[in-house]
Amino acid sequence: MARIAGVELPPKKRAFIGLTAIYGIGRDLSMRILNQAGIDPKTRIKDLTEEQINRLRHVIEENYKIEGDLRREVSNNISRLISIGCYRGIRHRRGLPVRGQRTRCNARTRKGPRPGKVGTKKKKR
Amino acid sequence: MGRSVKKGPWVDSSLIKKIEKMKKEGKKVPIKTWSRRSTIIPEFVGFTFAVHNGKDFHNVYITEEMVGHKLGEFAPTRKFDHHGAHTKRVIAPK
Repeated sequence: MARIAGVELPPKKRAFIGLTAIYGIGRDLSMRILNQAGIDPKTRIKDLTEEQINRLRHVIEENYKIEGDLRREVSNNISRLISIGCYRGIRHRRGLPVRGQRTRCNARTRKGPRPGKVGTKKKKR
Repeated sequence: MGRSVKKGPWVDSSLIKKIEKMKKEGKKVPIKTWSRRSTIIPEFVGFTFAVHNGKDFHNVYITEEMVGHKLGEFAPTRKFDHHGAHTKRVIAPK
């Protein structure tokens, strides 16, 4: 069983896609990591040898911030914005779009479900 | 797109002059400014700016963490309280 960066265990997918199960690795990065480790992106995760997996682990740990560390960095950045009270921080605090999008309509990702509807729950925060 | 690093941060020259003068004289009074577009540089830390928001001046005390942001980011130009329909319901605090 391939286990990289703690708990990730991608199944019978190709290595290229399997790696993207890790938070902080997308397709582009996955490709680069595999190239760097000298592994064919098309091999299935289960067909990887123990030695190849170790090589992957090594490449990832050396070069990239991933999973918990990355999540922590992101939330630290946000709490910094909030604590200094700048415009972006205020938008985060209120749960509204941060990057100047319109809020007259839409913006539902940030605002959560429409209020006043039956069976909907207000987004946390 | 961000500003070219080569050029360095942009600050209104009048602000720099004021800060230098205050540093020399050792006093600290809020600097009234309309220059919302000025970047906050390390020299500003510890000073207070009264940043114009289009109507009033918003006092902003500069801390180290604010360096690199613009003055205008700290003086909101819009005021939104709540919509009229919610008058009875308590609006969740920010």
